[in-house]
Amino acid sequence: MIPAAFDYLAPTSVEEAVAALTQFGDDAKILAGGQSLLPVLRMRLNAPEVIIDLGRIEALRGIREDGDAIVIGAMTPHSVVGKDPLVAEHAALISEAVVHLADVQIRHRGTFGGALAHADPAGDLGAPVLALGAEFVIAGPSGTRSVHADDFFVDLFETAIGEDEILTEIRVPKHTGWGAHYAKFVRVAHQWPIVAIAATVRVEGGTIAEARVGMTNMGSTPLRARSVEEALTGQPPTDEAVRVAAAMAADGTTPPSDLNGDSSYRKHLATVMTRRAVLAAAGA
Amino acid sequence: MTATTERPADSTKEIGKDRRRKEDQRLITGRTRWTDNIVLPGMLHVAMVRSPFAHATITNIDKSVAEAATNVVTVITGADVAEEQGGLPNAWPITPDQIAPVHSPIAVDRVVFAGEIVAVIVARSAAEARDAAELVDVDYDVLPAALDLKEAAEDKVLAHPDLGTNKSAYWTFDSAQAGTGGNVEEAITKARTDGIVIEREYRQQRLIPAFMEPRSTVVDPTGEQITMWSATQIPHILKFLLAAVTGVSEAKIRVIAPDVGGGFGGKLQTTPEEFITFLLARRLGKPVKYTETRSESLMAAHHGRDQWQKLTLAADKDGKVTGLKVDLLADMGSHISLVGGGVPVLGAFMFNAIYKFPAYQFNCQTVLTNKTWTDAYRGAGRPEATFGIERLMDELAAELGVDPFVVREKNWITAEEFPFTTVAGLEYDSGNYEAATARAKELFGYDELRAEQMARRASGDPVQLGIGVSTFTEMCGLAPSRVLGSLDYGAGGWEHASVRMLPTGKVEVLTGVSGHGQGHETAFSQIAADRLGVAFEDVEILHGDTMVSHKGLDTYGSRSLVVGGEAIVKAADKVIEKAKPIAAHLLEASVDDIEFEAGRFSVRGTDQGLAIAEIALATFAAHNLPDGVEPSLDSDATFDPVNFNYPHGTHLCAMEVDTETGQVTMRKYAACDDIGNIINPLIVEGQLHGGLVQGIAQALWEEAVYDDAGTLVSGSFVDYLLPTAADTINFDLDHTTSPATTNTLGTKGVGEAGTIASTPAVVNAIVDAVRHLGINDIQMPCTPERVWNAIQGVHKGGATEAAAMPHFDPAEPGQDSTEGSAQ
Ligand SMILES: Cc1cc2nc3c(=O)[nH]c(=O)nc-3n(C[C@H](O)[C@H](O)[C@H](O)COP(=O)(O)OP(=O)(O)OC[C@H]3O[C@@H](n4cnc5c(N)ncnc54)[C@H](O)[C@@H]3O)c2cc1C
Repeated sequence: MIPAAFDYLAPTSVEEAVAALTQFGDDAKILAGGQSLLPVLRMRLNAPEVIIDLGRIEALRGIREDGDAIVIGAMTPHSVVGKDPLVAEHAALISEAVVHLADVQIRHRGTFGGALAHADPAGDLGAPVLALGAEFVIAGPSGTRSVHADDFFVDLFETAIGEDEILTEIRVPKHTGWGAHYAKFVRVAHQWPIVAIAATVRVEGGTIAEARVGMTNMGSTPLRARSVEEALTGQPPTDEAVRVAAAMAADGTTPPSDLNGDSSYRKHLATVMTRRAVLAAAGA
Repeated sequence: MTATTERPADSTKEIGKDRRRKEDQRLITGRTRWTDNIVLPGMLHVAMVRSPFAHATITNIDKSVAEAATNVVTVITGADVAEEQGGLPNAWPITPDQIAPVHSPIAVDRVVFAGEIVAVIVARSAAEARDAAELVDVDYDVLPAALDLKEAAEDKVLAHPDLGTNKSAYWTFDSAQAGTGGNVEEAITKARTDGIVIEREYRQQRLIPAFMEPRSTVVDPTGEQITMWSATQIPHILKFLLAAVTGVSEAKIRVIAPDVGGGFGGKLQTTPEEFITFLLARRLGKPVKYTETRSESLMAAHHGRDQWQKLTLAADKDGKVTGLKVDLLADMGSHISLVGGGVPVLGAFMFNAIYKFPAYQFNCQTVLTNKTWTDAYRGAGRPEATFGIERLMDELAAELGVDPFVVREKNWITAEEFPFTTVAGLEYDSGNYEAATARAKELFGYDELRAEQMARRASGDPVQLGIGVSTFTEMCGLAPSRVLGSLDYGAGGWEHASVRMLPTGKVEVLTGVSGHGQGHETAFSQIAADRLGVAFEDVEILHGDTMVSHKGLDTYGSRSLVVGGEAIVKAADKVIEKAKPIAAHLLEASVDDIEFEAGRFSVRGTDQGLAIAEIALATFAAHNLPDGVEPSLDSDATFDPVNFNYPHGTHLCAMEVDTETGQVTMRKYAACDDIGNIINPLIVEGQLHGGLVQGIAQALWEEAVYDDAGTLVSGSFVDYLLPTAADTINFDLDHTTSPATTNTLGTKGVGEAGTIASTPAVVNAIVDAVRHLGINDIQMPCTPERVWNAIQGVHKGGATEAAAMPHFDPAEPGQDSTEGSAQ
């Protein structure tokens, strides 16, 4: 379908983009890879008057190492993140998740920052970055600020990014040597997860020394299964021990009901997938 | 009839070669014109305003704002054209008293499904037409909608209050009455006392054909003929019906189906959009174009299947079936479309499948609802029937505690019994179920997989294994005009071909079938090349334009090769007969001494001869022809077969079921099909692969779901789950060969075989994997949730939650949603 008419801006710096956002306010919309925005425009669910394309801002692309963190530029396409050796070494959970996101074409166009800013609770990247405790760098008229993953996801399609702000990069603390697994439950290959579990663990001397578990599509935002993480700490990575911890995964969650499964089914899936993800992450 | 697994390939013959498809170069590289690519001088663009409600009275339409919008040429409503728009045709009234609502292209005062057209915009660009469509203000009074098929059958809420009922037609067949078998009630009564009665109710969910190319129409009224390009399967039928409905002379209409990107029955239709664009072009005197969006296609292009099947199978204690009774409810949706009513009737002849049932009864009630109208979808009636009976045969085996093949062998028609007249009154000409089954079991590794299944069961493996059997047959190659007539079908089933011998030795073959991805150009070239003894490359297949291929009945029902291909053979044979006297004259011999072989006319017993191309050139020059012989070799033929044909095969599927999650995974799929002689093995593989996946998709993924208000919830490919290559496995396929006896090529249709066969094989396998847990059915599509619920013993089968997950929410971060209306 054909979107309503709009004006198109393609700034080449973050400052210019922020200035444009400030100028047009509510009437403007940021375009990253367009993989979520364009369907919205084409189905005429939204009709912004101005589109601000971030595609020409080189500074927003790329992946680098910065001390204890890996820094991923917001405009880095999924396909680049999925193949990046730094990410694989220090934040393997992200590599695991991103290769299962959508299909090849969408991974080439869609961006890391765009997906996180879109904040679809079924999106595959929220749970891993939440589990890894990432920091979100956000630029606005009064400079940049940093928001912790715990505070970034506000609600369904809603984040801490303000109306006149742009997500510029995501700083992921290094989890070097941690085992990781993203267990995505789908009916067909190229589908948003019905439920997915992002698990990463540090195994030391036969026990789980630290564990991080993020959950996709178990509520209106990505969630962290803290009780599972705690219960796993100090346990051996055995089916028996992990099963007990994983049984708590869905406690207190209110997952959605839809064509692919109702809420209670999702809760059940979360426990099974948590067990499987943790065991796989621990190499068991 | 011999069953062989390999046909010795004769390297001098084209038939049997796995030729790469000659049309693929242009189709794959896009060096062709689809309807939407066609641009004409002064062409205007059309956009539709569609009803968001399933059932509502239109109380007012304010089109003034839209009319005033930039570059809008006109806006019309149903009321504006009520007198001239006509009604969409129903070509198959299945009973004399069938009730069918008037089917106006544009709704006039009431809408009867969500997606129905209520107003039409014509503008100078497609974008402006779309913009203006958002500006039409329609007031509706919402009416209660008839949505659930079973409730609709009870007339609780009427889809069309003026008709007084939702029941459209009741069609029955009874073998005792027809004299083709015994009394089914007696068989059931007897089985209740001393035999086995299996009673089941199965659901055929609603499906969407989901062809790749959306439907598109361009109409050019400038010139003597009004030309319509349409992405259709049926250009000839469309031309006839445009004339019949509008009163425009048939000779003044030209329909062109250029390259068409798939149909699967979904383009076996005359559409509101075709009639609207035809009307607009005539009214405005300018070319107009309409191309639907994918959302419109999913919502308003016809749907398929949607039945409830109540089945009663009676058998004796040994598993010999004594009778089968079928009670169907079939959801027609809002209208009785082109052949929609006839689709379940096509299944009437197939519930008895490959078996020798002594008594059979089929009753079908077609029902109107306030949902998108249904019609043919790949297999049309036969997948439904095959699913029903093949599920039942597995249930009978389970009841008896025997292997599913035991009950099949006990009941099937044996190879020596062909030709065999079935309890439904059809004569199966050829087949060999034993041979196909033996080969399929071998390909599958049946015994090994059974052993693995037992081992997993014994060890309590969380991943259980199930094996599903489907020994299908079908009737296809539509087909005998007399039979179609006896079923009150509105047309015949013949097919036409012309062969034109060009002076340069090239050959043009005109066919009345209208391919839309099947590979006709390749297969038909192989046939013509062999018959005429010319090179494959020298044959050009022309089709899809009623001014070129002037006569035909188009493509559906696996008919193109078995009916259309045979017409080509007959036309080619006439060419040869016409060439013989000319050859004799030029070779100074008697016609009786002329032999034709491998493209050469020669004088028996000599080395004298002329190639067919030389005769073609001599005929073109016409300088030296025998007296009284017309200077043309070109020939026409129209072929009407005396029978359908009956492909069959044994399909075996192994499914793994993760009992912890309900996830199902295909482990192995093997099939041995008997489709008679094969013209091009590569094309056959392609048809089978695609067909299998489409049938598997019904078992596992696809379902059109409406919510309580009658809105299509699975309205995009996010929620209407189509498989891709990533969701399929390698299929192990082979063939046995029992040539058809009713066409000289010995071919049987293959276009629908895979789809018909695979669905029950998959569901049987899933049920088989969990039967030991007390499960004997899971409703399609067998979603992980349904499987898991069945394992938990909660609401077995279960309805799909009528809600879609929003991935494209308008409430964007930091943004208010703006004024764009959600049309
Ligand atoms: C068919 C299909 C299947 C998909 N399957 C999956 C899947 O399985 N898993 C999954 O996780 N995702 C899936 N996606 C979504 C995909 O990940 C998108 O790439 C992602 O959601 C959006 O990224 P984008 O770069 O395309 O952003 P866009 O579509 O350009 O933007 C999305 C939203 O974020 C805003 N935005 C973008 N960048 C910024 C920024 N730097 N600062 C502030 N706001 C910004 C935009 O204004 C817009 O509102 C799928 C998409 C499609 C079309």
